[in-house]
Amino acid sequence: MDKAEQKTGLFSVATALFVRDIRLAARRSTDVFNPLVFFVIVVSLFPLGVGPEPNQLQLMAPGVIWVAALLATMISLDRLFSHDFETGSLEQIVLAPQPLTLIIFAKIAAHWTLTGLPLVILMPLVAMQMNMTTDMIYISFLTLIIGTPILSLIGAIGAALTIGLRGGGVLVSLLVLPLYTPVLIFGAGAISASAQGFSPDAHLSLLGAFLALSLTFAPLAAAAAVRVSLD
Amino acid sequence: MNITKYAAPVVFYPLAGKLIPWFAWATGITLTIGLIMGLFIAPTDYQQGESYRIMFIHVPSAWMSMLVYVVMATAGAVALAWKTRLSEMLATACAPIGASFTLIALITGAIWGKPMWGAYWVWDARLTSELVLLFLYLGFMALQASIDDPRRAARAAAILALVGVINIPIIHFSVEWWNTLHQPASVSKISAPSIHPSMLWPLLINAVGFHLFFATTVLMRMRTEVLIRERHKSWIADIVGVKP
Amino acid sequence: MLEITNLSCVRGDKPLIEGLSFDVSEGQLLHITGRNGAGKTTLLRCLCGLSSPAAGQISWLGQNIDTNKDAYHAQMAYVGHLNGHQGELTAVENLDFARALGGAHTEITVTDTLKKLGLYNSRLLPTKFLSQGQQRRLALARLLVQERKLWIMDEPFVALDTESTTLLEGIVSDHIKNGGLAILTSHHALNLTQSRQLNIDRG
Repeated sequence: MDKAEQKTGLFSVATALFVRDIRLAARRSTDVFNPLVFFVIVVSLFPLGVGPEPNQLQLMAPGVIWVAALLATMISLDRLFSHDFETGSLEQIVLAPQPLTLIIFAKIAAHWTLTGLPLVILMPLVAMQMNMTTDMIYISFLTLIIGTPILSLIGAIGAALTIGLRGGGVLVSLLVLPLYTPVLIFGAGAISASAQGFSPDAHLSLLGAFLALSLTFAPLAAAAAVRVSLD
Repeated sequence: MNITKYAAPVVFYPLAGKLIPWFAWATGITLTIGLIMGLFIAPTDYQQGESYRIMFIHVPSAWMSMLVYVVMATAGAVALAWKTRLSEMLATACAPIGASFTLIALITGAIWGKPMWGAYWVWDARLTSELVLLFLYLGFMALQASIDDPRRAARAAAILALVGVINIPIIHFSVEWWNTLHQPASVSKISAPSIHPSMLWPLLINAVGFHLFFATTVLMRMRTEVLIRERHKSWIADIVGVKP
Repeated sequence: MLEITNLSCVRGDKPLIEGLSFDVSEGQLLHITGRNGAGKTTLLRCLCGLSSPAAGQISWLGQNIDTNKDAYHAQMAYVGHLNGHQGELTAVENLDFARALGGAHTEITVTDTLKKLGLYNSRLLPTKFLSQGQQRRLALARLLVQERKLWIMDEPFVALDTESTTLLEGIVSDHIKNGGLAILTSHHALNLTQSRQLNIDRG
């Protein structure tokens, strides 16, 4: 096999895995919908808890939406590896003659497509509940589209470390939520800043930098974690 | 001298046993001197009165909480790269000690905060970072505790520690940044350059004492860890005096 | 081809296998036997590179498998206790995916393989609706579509009826005759003339 052929080989393996994960999710659609419904419910609970005063809701909105996005992503992480582990597919994936980092990256991409992306699309709906202005919604859209991939990337590390463990779901939150703090701060900060009339650019750039860092290291760490978990 | 020789648990165990009393005595002496100097000899602060004296515990604990995490992550990295059992055990032994330092830093910080800010907890940047650090330690220990196979537990936890150590500066930076945005007039507790030598000396002596304390306890924990992990080996049976 | 020297495997911190050496060359079948808990599965997982041995060497074509795992995995197929396919996907989809993961193009088609293993009629059903034996046969079908030189199989005969057992024995036998290598564990005595036994019980 020459170099060029090998490269297309790598790409086709990643695509095959991506397509398979999307197809699997389509046939187990509750797995995909539950975190989204969870997201909407969590946001809807806040006005019930703190009162429907529009200005107060608007003030809290960035934080509420981001915390809800964090939690929704977290409960979806279980799906990333657990089915593959239980059926033995994960062994086969690890034994494939391809770089595991690339394969894991394809899985993370599929996870984001099924969790992060729908959250971004769903956000305007709950944003209106929280009395957000159009400008705020626009900035929220930007932060979520940069931020949610980070959630999938870092989350994959936690999911990989807890493969096959009892109580893995709660454990994952313990491992992953502290690591999510910068995303929460930059993401919610950008929306608040723009709502107060400041430029959100600094926040967005920092969020982007964090995304670049996670893109580089998270698939590596997750791949290492998968190997350790199957050992 | 062959360094790798000391990396074998069978060599480490008796060696650590000999070292522990020395470290323990050194810890006791240093901390006694440091605490007497800090609590009784150092002058009263003209702004904060006597309450500042908790700094002699708070600041070294906070320093140690970070240092121990770095030691833990480094040991984890070595364990992952060279599969050395002793560095796995070092990482495992570090976690509860580091978590305790973090907890002490948080509690003393809260006690110190009451007279200074009028509340036990304000979202001060350093305290918030310490809190996230405590969560990271708890995650590390929870992960290790929920994996039955000790080899897998050590390696998984090592990966987590490495991810954590890359993240800590980012978390710290983000929290500071968040803090300056939300409360621009936050008070910095110690303005480091202006600290008087009569307060600096006990602080430094205590810091040395805390390091020695860490060395003592980590060696003790590692010895226990060796006994647990190597219990199937014959040399353990010789030491303990029972057949496995 | 596959050489094992002085291999030690542990599970947890408990040593299971110590100082085991053997080799398997082209056209050979190795049947690993041992009591329950002797470490057969642990050994196979070490051989295929899922677990790392506590000590010793596993070399393929004279090279330690850790130095170039991907190259080794390109020539090795593993069937574990778990069948390794997703219940929501059909037999065809599962095999297509197995082939895509392999990366290389293989000669034998999925259709032919399914016909050979008697799964052709249920090829479009989600595999969770197949019987235990059919699911096991699908796992073995993977061996054929992947076209690897070395087969490592953990209890491949479990859940198979007499007919399927004979079929599998025939497939393994053909693989060996064509210069392949196979390592398997099984509680059954094998009806295969080329097989060599290795008992890993200790003491």
